[in-house]
Amino acid sequence: MINHSLKQLGQMLASKQISSVELTQAFLKRITQHNPDINAYIALDETITMAQAQAADARIATGNIAPLTGIPFAQKDIFCAKGWKTTCGSKMLANFTAPYDAHVITQFDAVGAVNLGKTNMDEFAMGSSNETSYFGGVKNPWDFDRVPGGSSGGSAAAVAARLCAAATGTDTGGSIRQPASLCGFTGLKPTYGLVSRYGMIAFASSLDQAGPMAKSAEDCALMMNVMAGFDERDSTSLDRPKEDYARGLANMTGEQPLKGLRIGLPKEYFAEGLDAGVAKVVQDAIAEYKKLGATIVDISLPNTQLSIPVYYVLAPAEASSNLSRYDGVRYGYRTEEYDDLMDMYMKSRAEGFGAEVKRRILIGTYVLSAGYYDAYYLKAQQIRRLIAQDFTEAFKQCDVIMGPTAPSTAFKAGEKADDPVAMYLQDVYTIATNLAGLPGMSIPAGFSNGLPVGLQLMGNYFDEARMLDVAHAYQQVTDWHTRMPAGLE
Amino acid sequence: MALTTEDIKRIAYLARIEINEQEAASTLTKLSGILGLIEQMQAVDTTGIVPMSHSQELEQRLREDVVTQINQRETFQAIAPLTDSGLYLVPKVIE
Repeated sequence: MINHSLKQLGQMLASKQISSVELTQAFLKRITQHNPDINAYIALDETITMAQAQAADARIATGNIAPLTGIPFAQKDIFCAKGWKTTCGSKMLANFTAPYDAHVITQFDAVGAVNLGKTNMDEFAMGSSNETSYFGGVKNPWDFDRVPGGSSGGSAAAVAARLCAAATGTDTGGSIRQPASLCGFTGLKPTYGLVSRYGMIAFASSLDQAGPMAKSAEDCALMMNVMAGFDERDSTSLDRPKEDYARGLANMTGEQPLKGLRIGLPKEYFAEGLDAGVAKVVQDAIAEYKKLGATIVDISLPNTQLSIPVYYVLAPAEASSNLSRYDGVRYGYRTEEYDDLMDMYMKSRAEGFGAEVKRRILIGTYVLSAGYYDAYYLKAQQIRRLIAQDFTEAFKQCDVIMGPTAPSTAFKAGEKADDPVAMYLQDVYTIATNLAGLPGMSIPAGFSNGLPVGLQLMGNYFDEARMLDVAHAYQQVTDWHTRMPAGLE
Repeated sequence: MALTTEDIKRIAYLARIEINEQEAASTLTKLSGILGLIEQMQAVDTTGIVPMSHSQELEQRLREDVVTQINQRETFQAIAPLTDSGLYLVPKVIE
């Protein structure tokens, strides 16, 4: 049951083979058993969870069932959920109980899905290993000595260890895709603006985007049908007609379902810095795509390397502005002792934020400070356009771009924790799509030395349905996405 | 451009984050590494390139000027560090 797809679970619930209460209890039992080791969840509330499961069963009994009704999901702790502790992985919000629901939470609630709990994450989503969380690191279910990736590390471990049917994540520079690669499952960062940011705690607002983290492309498609949609409370939410992201999946059958598909391989994604074992897995996956009928086009995204410096100007700049709201006045942490208002601000922020968050606030403050704005912030915005234009050119030659998601497999806990620059290079292949606002996916493509490797798919704006088809076609002929870590059965 | 610990302290003050000598020194090392990475940008000729602040060319939407939310002062102040009679309490700022 823990390995069933969302569609299968939905059918079992609809036909009353199983109740939502039974399904939810089964996952809660696994959480009780494995979470003390893995630390994927940082907030659990059995009372709320079981009440939702009972409500789902009552709804199913009336015949009013939607595709995800009664299915238990894990929610990244970046989403405000009314009555739930919502910490964003920070001491600053350790005692914060959300007074309202994020749009994403409202959407899951509306279809009668069950919230199993809130998942661990890098503090304010700033990190690529989950090690910056105030609530401790998360174990990679494939190897407990290794990190799950980040920032959505708790959701990633929960999906990989089957401690939920699927989970939500957010991706500012790779925080859905890199952990999907390191933990061996399917994750999608949608086109910027498709999923409302309302109630999603802000990191870098022009880059932040929520998306599904699940076992398969089909599961991601069903979640996108719930998560995506216009919301007037997010000023950057896109007002577009509602789509069925699963509409093309059934066509991905037969010998060559992808005949005519042009896959672009950017040479910069296979250059120095890519682990040889990862490169091999990615090349094998591309060979599989040729068998499915796709043709390969060599392309170039010449400004790829610049995406890291650009990101580490723009994201901290936006973060320094967004995180100025934590002042110890209206909510969040306030220091114990202080002399005056300034002292209260300075101490509350010094004690409430962790080291990496402070570093990013300081970088952001610096690049925006008088005299440096043009050299850093404006320059970064100009190069951001060059990076976006690289993709516009590339998509004249191909339909989807493929490459590695991350330069290596999961690394050991502590290995990069003290070297921010080495950690930042983890996101070299994922950041560019955030800067351009494009959709990106990671799907399991095999293993290197026993650790999962992800294949990245990048699509043009609003091309999620095609990307999901392309991923689904691969998952029809391979079984990498069905593998699960040993010892967690 | 090389930063000094004095610069770090000034930036920390702008960001309203208290920082001691020791922290300023270790922050200097890490920030210098990150700024070294950022410095790669300067090699790019960006003459005439229009800055891109956002991936979608959006205009701010307007809405009717009508009440959409009710006052939830008690709910919102329940999570505040210190309140009294519906007010947020902070140290005295006016003598």
